[in-house]
Amino acid sequence: MTLAVHLPLWAAILVAACVLLGAVLTLIGTVGLLRLRTFYERVHAPTLGTTLGAGFILIGSMLYFSLAGERLAIHEVLIALFVTVTTPVSLMLLVRAADYRDRLEGHDPEAEAERSAG
Amino acid sequence: MNVLILSLSVLLAQLCLALAMVCATIRMLRGPRAQDRVAAFDALYVSAMLLLLTFGIRSGTTLYFEAALVIAVLGFVSTAALAKFLMRGEVIE
Repeated sequence: MTLAVHLPLWAAILVAACVLLGAVLTLIGTVGLLRLRTFYERVHAPTLGTTLGAGFILIGSMLYFSLAGERLAIHEVLIALFVTVTTPVSLMLLVRAADYRDRLEGHDPEAEAERSAG
Repeated sequence: MNVLILSLSVLLAQLCLALAMVCATIRMLRGPRAQDRVAAFDALYVSAMLLLLTFGIRSGTTLYFEAALVIAVLGFVSTAALAKFLMRGEVIE
């Protein structure tokens, strides 16, 4: 907290709100990962953490280092871009692998989803 | 005043992210199948990366940022490799 003394109060409140909101959204996502019933429901939940959660924490970090360091710090955009691009790719690979494994064992994921929904 | 606000909220955020890592670890240990464990691992490394970013805000250095970037890159590669392994039974054909 050495840089925080250079911050005005509104900036400190803004950074605090962004960081806290991002962390709470990530926690909600992983609680969903723990509590939902089937794999295809579960795989959606942590994406709340990788999009909104990571976005808010990175915005908070960018604001903090830009306002306290008196120069523009935008290297967090790198992580935001990378996470936004790679999360859908890796989870689609994973879901296709899970679908393939389910069909190999004689389950049909679509029919089971319709049966549990209807 | 603003030091107090920032350190309190960053501490709370770190507790939330640590709890998120605990949730992902429980799902990774309980399974029930291999794809659940890989999805939980994906959530685990994202939470760890965000925790490192909050450590960076707390200490005021950009050293943690580089560690977070490395975790993001290696985590994507390992999740893709694990998904490939679940699909084919081997990583490099």
